[in-house]
Amino acid sequence: MGWMAWNWHTAVFFLVIALLLALMTVLAITRPETPRRGILRFPTTRGDRLFVSLIGTAFIYILWIRFTGGNTMWAPLVISILYVTAMFRFA
Amino acid sequence: MNDRPINNRAWLFVLPVLVFVLFSSLLPMMTVVNYSFQDTMGQNNFFWNGIAWFQNLLDPSTDIGGRFGNALLRNLIFSLVVLFIEVPLGIAVAICIPRHGWKVGATLVMIALPLLIPWNVVGTIWQIFARADIGLLGAALTRMGIHYNDTQDPTSAWATIVVMDVWHWTGMVALLAYAGLKSIPDAFYQAARIDGAGRWSVFRNIELPKLQKVLVIAVLLRFMESFMIYTEPATVTGGGPGEATSFLSLDLVKIALGQVDLGNAAALSLVYNLITLSICWVFFTVMTQLDQRKDL
Repeated sequence: MGWMAWNWHTAVFFLVIALLLALMTVLAITRPETPRRGILRFPTTRGDRLFVSLIGTAFIYILWIRFTGGNTMWAPLVISILYVTAMFRFA
Repeated sequence: MNDRPINNRAWLFVLPVLVFVLFSSLLPMMTVVNYSFQDTMGQNNFFWNGIAWFQNLLDPSTDIGGRFGNALLRNLIFSLVVLFIEVPLGIAVAICIPRHGWKVGATLVMIALPLLIPWNVVGTIWQIFARADIGLLGAALTRMGIHYNDTQDPTSAWATIVVMDVWHWTGMVALLAYAGLKSIPDAFYQAARIDGAGRWSVFRNIELPKLQKVLVIAVLLRFMESFMIYTEPATVTGGGPGEATSFLSLDLVKIALGQVDLGNAAALSLVYNLITLSICWVFFTVMTQLDQRKDL
């Protein structure tokens, strides 16, 4: 694994993603769901909302760095949390 | 919409593929993520660099940032131009394809031929074809007094690459549209005839709505392929003249393999990948939503 240039920051990141996927699998088995239609105007499941959240969060960070230079990274974190909450609640 | 919960257990059958994808894509991708947050002095020693690569990439005033912005713009323009030519042209070709008899097979084979040629061979063919001194196209245009040189003049280079892509891929759009046209039952045409509909009105009210699904697929495939285009411009123009046809993928290869600038290349490929992924997802969602509407 030496060639992969690991460091703990990115390792934690991937671990969290892996845990989220595992959690989604467990939830899908124990608490099956029906897709629901929300503000995105098409039926979404938990997995869809997670995907939209992750992609959207990445864009929030990228746009933040693009337009502010990214000297402080707390604001995009707050925006992302609000966005993810909104996605899981209303999408 | 039925109200039964979705049973996802069939996904377990995908596990073997996942293992394969893990080695072919996920591990390399994770490495790219690791590179994008670190810097190295060689010897496989890396140290934490925070978001500096991303700041560098997304700031238009830096060298990499400027190149990234320009290349992204070129990619988008190229994809749009190619789509605007290939999709209408493909539909027009599909409408002209005969529906019965031996001509069907002959026409389809002719149309599919460019699709069978490997990308780098297409590039080589067009590179020679476009040469202003010996190429059939280049020399003919030059003799006619048209200023054309795809290695020196940006307009010529762009025209060559766009025409090459149209030549290579319109056939695919035409084949998809043809399959869509074939699936329209005769009853629709008969009803149109009884109503006295003209050719345009048949196209507008019957054929185009019925083609919607295949056209979404065609647009998706053509967009993705043209947005990730590498081999053909690399062979024909090499990104030149100057930077005129340096698309994102060409720039990425230059940064990653030419300059061995791992951090910048990793940040670029992640942002590139994210854009591709999200556009793909939008198309996929539109496609699956269209699928579920019964009225089409």
